[in-house]
Amino acid sequence: MIEIQNLTRIYGTTAVVKDVSLTVETGQIAALVGTSGSGKTTLLRMINRLVEPSAGRVLIDGKDTAEIEPHLLRRQIGYAIQGHGLFPHRTVAQNISTVPRLLGWTQDQHRARVDELLELFQMEPADFRDRMPHELSGGQQQRVGVARALAARPDLLLMDEPFGALDPVIRAKAQQDLRDIQRQLGTTLIIVTHDMEEAVTLGDRIAVMDKGELLQYGPPSEILTTPATSFVSDLIGTGDRPFRLLSLTPVAEIIAEGQAEGAEIPREASLRDALAECLWSGRDRLPVEGGGIVTLDSLRAQAAPTARAAE
Amino acid sequence: MAFRISRTGLLFALIGLAGLVLPFVQFKPNRIVPGEGLRLFEALSLPLGWIIGLVLGAVLIAGCLERWPAKLRLTVALLAVIAVTLALGAAATQLTPPDNTLARVSPASGLWLLLLAFTLMLADAQSRITLGLPIRLAMLTGAMVLIAVILGSGALDGVSVMREYAARSDLFAREAVGHLALAFGSLGLALLIGLPLGVAIYESPAMRRPVLGILNILQTIPSLALFGIMIPIFGWIAANIPGAAQAGVAGIGLFPAMVALFLYSLLPVVSNTLTGLTGVNPATREAAAGLGMTRPQILVQVLIPLALPVLLAAIRIVLVQNIGLAVIAGLIGGGGFGTFVFQGLNQTAMDLVLLGALPTIALALVAGIALDLLVEATGGRPKGGQA
Repeated sequence: MIEIQNLTRIYGTTAVVKDVSLTVETGQIAALVGTSGSGKTTLLRMINRLVEPSAGRVLIDGKDTAEIEPHLLRRQIGYAIQGHGLFPHRTVAQNISTVPRLLGWTQDQHRARVDELLELFQMEPADFRDRMPHELSGGQQQRVGVARALAARPDLLLMDEPFGALDPVIRAKAQQDLRDIQRQLGTTLIIVTHDMEEAVTLGDRIAVMDKGELLQYGPPSEILTTPATSFVSDLIGTGDRPFRLLSLTPVAEIIAEGQAEGAEIPREASLRDALAECLWSGRDRLPVEGGGIVTLDSLRAQAAPTARAAE
Repeated sequence: MAFRISRTGLLFALIGLAGLVLPFVQFKPNRIVPGEGLRLFEALSLPLGWIIGLVLGAVLIAGCLERWPAKLRLTVALLAVIAVTLALGAAATQLTPPDNTLARVSPASGLWLLLLAFTLMLADAQSRITLGLPIRLAMLTGAMVLIAVILGSGALDGVSVMREYAARSDLFAREAVGHLALAFGSLGLALLIGLPLGVAIYESPAMRRPVLGILNILQTIPSLALFGIMIPIFGWIAANIPGAAQAGVAGIGLFPAMVALFLYSLLPVVSNTLTGLTGVNPATREAAAGLGMTRPQILVQVLIPLALPVLLAAIRIVLVQNIGLAVIAGLIGGGGFGTFVFQGLNQTAMDLVLLGALPTIALALVAGIALDLLVEATGGRPKGGQA
């Protein structure tokens, strides 16, 4: 559990982060969203003390981070950034094993770990181990960056716009992979993004920041249906609101009895995917894999905040 | 069909043809008096001089045409340089009367122009071919071996410069060692002090302006003026501070020369260290810190390896600069090839000046090319950028 308590950072006379408090439960993903200059990156960097707080404190599983040497603290926390920051003069294996080697693992241990991580990220170890970063595609570099952050099995992973440099197709895949790996490893993840779509896709909790202040912190559905301020609703964007809301729920949750024509939709597909399929194929009901149907009416009901509030 | 004229070829031809017209060597009754200039045709015995002259002239004129492949041009230019050099040796042997130890045959303006024309042609041809590192390294080694073979063969022994050498071969070896000690010693000192200083001003940006400002001023002081300042200061220290003289401090000689070269080397080393370190991608540095490297670890494992090509460039600048500057040490008894240069100037014996100047130029060239190759070998991969 990560507890951020009254965290403040002042540069000169300006407070870049003002009195922010929030808690991230173990194994959850918290997305810090805001425009540039909102203080979200500074807040993230105070967690691993790349920036020292002017006031307030951070507790990781109840332990105050101020009591740990900064470089020792950082070796326990995974860190991945935009543009991946891979060391261009080191091979993929050397990059990934950076923290294990700092921690003094044996060669056998960190070699085994490198292969394990490459396989986890669907990169053939024999093929990729000895490549230099410039010999990888953007998506591969990004995966190596995340693998490096996870190398020493940290309980907490911090990511600053990790998908910022990727094109939309690779980005969606990378988000999905990250989500799967995070669920599999049970790592607590705090991710900074300026993209509300990404925050909704990934976050169990979303923290919206503006001008150094935390405006709202809650689950995506709450941020979407009851935005705390006009800034939060602007960030969500009124045009995409219903679709984002639908994207939060899998089809499995609203299956009804009945029969329908046409291609089946997987149980884990989101309501948004189901709506898109209805509109595209001109059907008002879709069969679901493993039985049951999902109807256009039920989708419509789920797309409005009032319906959710009534539940 | 139309032949296109190569402009560079035309330039080389004009220089080289002027060289054929001007005196190739000077024949002097002894080493000090001005002598009589002889053209290439006159300097060598009858058919040989004309044959070499006509062949060189034909090569120069043919070089004006665009149609030459660069590799052929390179080979021909190299052969021409060797031919001119051997012609000098032959002329010296033929012109010097037997049993005459006073007469001198020195290179004259025509020879220098011919050498200039053909080395320009050589360099021009080489720059048009993209050759791999190993081949260029082999070419450098080959050129050095070739020079050693020509010098060792005795073909040039009649030439005035080699006669001066023969009279002082022991001294030459000593001054050569002295010259290298000055150039490499001052470089080593500059690295020892300059690298940490560069790292220090990288870590604290407030110090950058004052430190670089002072080094800039040092760099602009003319070397003679610097000696003028140091001679009284070090002289006083040697005389008045116990132990200083025993430690080698002196107003003249090796010590002030070494100090001067060291001071001139500091700016390139410090400023390139700073440039190299600041050139590393901020994301790379940020990642290193975020992963839990300590400051020394970031420096040694990430920043310095990525800044290496720029650091090697600094070493190249300093080494070439110091090989040249070390000549000035001869003026204050610091040793090195400068000793011959200044002795020669005092005695108006230009051959002795050349005995100091030519090896200096050769050393600087070899050092420069060798380090260029090294910079390229380490800089082959992308610098700290978005890999």
